[in-house]
Amino acid sequence: MTAERMLGFVVVLFTAAGIGFFSLKQIRAQFPALIRKIPPIARLKRAIGLSVEDGSRVHVSLGSPGLTEPASTSALVGLSTLHRVGQLSSTSDQPPVCTSGEGIFALLSKDVLRGVAVETNTYESYDPDQGWLTGITPFSYALGAMEVISDPIVKTNILVGNFGAEAALLSSAAERRQTFTLAASHSLVGQAIFLATSRDVLLGEELYALPAYLNYRPAHLASLRVQDILRFIVGAALLAGTLLRALGVL
Amino acid sequence: MKIVNIVIAIAAGLIVLLGYFFNSPGLHELRSPLLDWAVTLSGIAGLVAILNLVFGVHLKRLRENHPKKGFSVVILISFAVTLIAGVFLSPASEGFQKLVTRVQVPIESSLMAVLAITLVLAALKILQRHRNWMGFVFFLSVIFFLVLNSGVLAFTSEIPFLRDILSGLHQIPVAGARGILLGIALGSLATGIRVLIGTDRPYNG
Repeated sequence: MTAERMLGFVVVLFTAAGIGFFSLKQIRAQFPALIRKIPPIARLKRAIGLSVEDGSRVHVSLGSPGLTEPASTSALVGLSTLHRVGQLSSTSDQPPVCTSGEGIFALLSKDVLRGVAVETNTYESYDPDQGWLTGITPFSYALGAMEVISDPIVKTNILVGNFGAEAALLSSAAERRQTFTLAASHSLVGQAIFLATSRDVLLGEELYALPAYLNYRPAHLASLRVQDILRFIVGAALLAGTLLRALGVL
Repeated sequence: MKIVNIVIAIAAGLIVLLGYFFNSPGLHELRSPLLDWAVTLSGIAGLVAILNLVFGVHLKRLRENHPKKGFSVVILISFAVTLIAGVFLSPASEGFQKLVTRVQVPIESSLMAVLAITLVLAALKILQRHRNWMGFVFFLSVIFFLVLNSGVLAFTSEIPFLRDILSGLHQIPVAGARGILLGIALGSLATGIRVLIGTDRPYNG
């Protein structure tokens, strides 16, 4: 095993152990997590509440992620968000709808929506077509998702996943209808476009904090803590490396 | 049944991950077919999702006399033509490639044009949308780096002092991007591990 792979393995073990440790009930009670306020997520919670009250629908869009690419983790966050949104809006007449640009994520979104319907005893209102593939290229996907955004019954849009330049078409369609839109992408292009075209944007790692802020599962809050620890370690390593390089040691 | 699904998912994930870290022939033999199955499954899922789009969404719209059924008719005809052409000509044939690309490329190019206009409008309205210091900094950065990368300041390559300053300024977006990417990488790692240890399950079975 090379040193690089050994380091990777140690990081994976540390992260898994950290998530397990911080998920323990005792640790959570003794050291409660302190989380900063993220205004777009606070507004999202309010928008979900309002959509339940006025009988409108929440639309979750996962972008065009490839399952075997590292980019798929942002769409996995989108699926966790979909699950939580489904739980939060279970008392609504209109269950959430999910669009994606990849077959496997379309099937997973159907599965998540079905799971929520079983959990919340709302299976009679479950429709398998609430989770669908709108297109297999980024632009065809965006056109299909724009149709859902323009549906008058949809008043909240959550765009979380793998988005590129086509993100501008989605967020501008949502803006035209003056619906609430929370936008987040792991891609730098997607983030820049969302920042220019949407009011409520999650930047960088904020995307991965979304399920934790929606009070999804203890493991999500635990993974935020582990991410913070890792960030300090990486930051310290970068500073030490810069210093050593400046001193001519490296 | 649910527990069986979870155990299979975790075991498959662990084998693939350990196969990446450890160069053991046994792990390699287990890992390769698992990855092949994942790719095959992904392809089949794509096919199922497309069939769902055709029969579950667009044919249903025709049956239910949906207000946008006209678009569904276009999609169904396009799908049928592409499918028949693919079956008779084979997807790798030059004729089929021409048929598809000569429709797809102009449509996507026109969407790119719409996108360009959308982005220009968005850039003009950015300060309206983000009335805070972040929006202001973002707007100024966009203008500044557009000017910097336009080549207007090419004459500074003759002046060593200015050249060094501009070269340093060129590194700022790279540094910012690296900072964001570090956060994304750590978030991806934590999300992947949550799925791997079964605390986050995007599948119900």
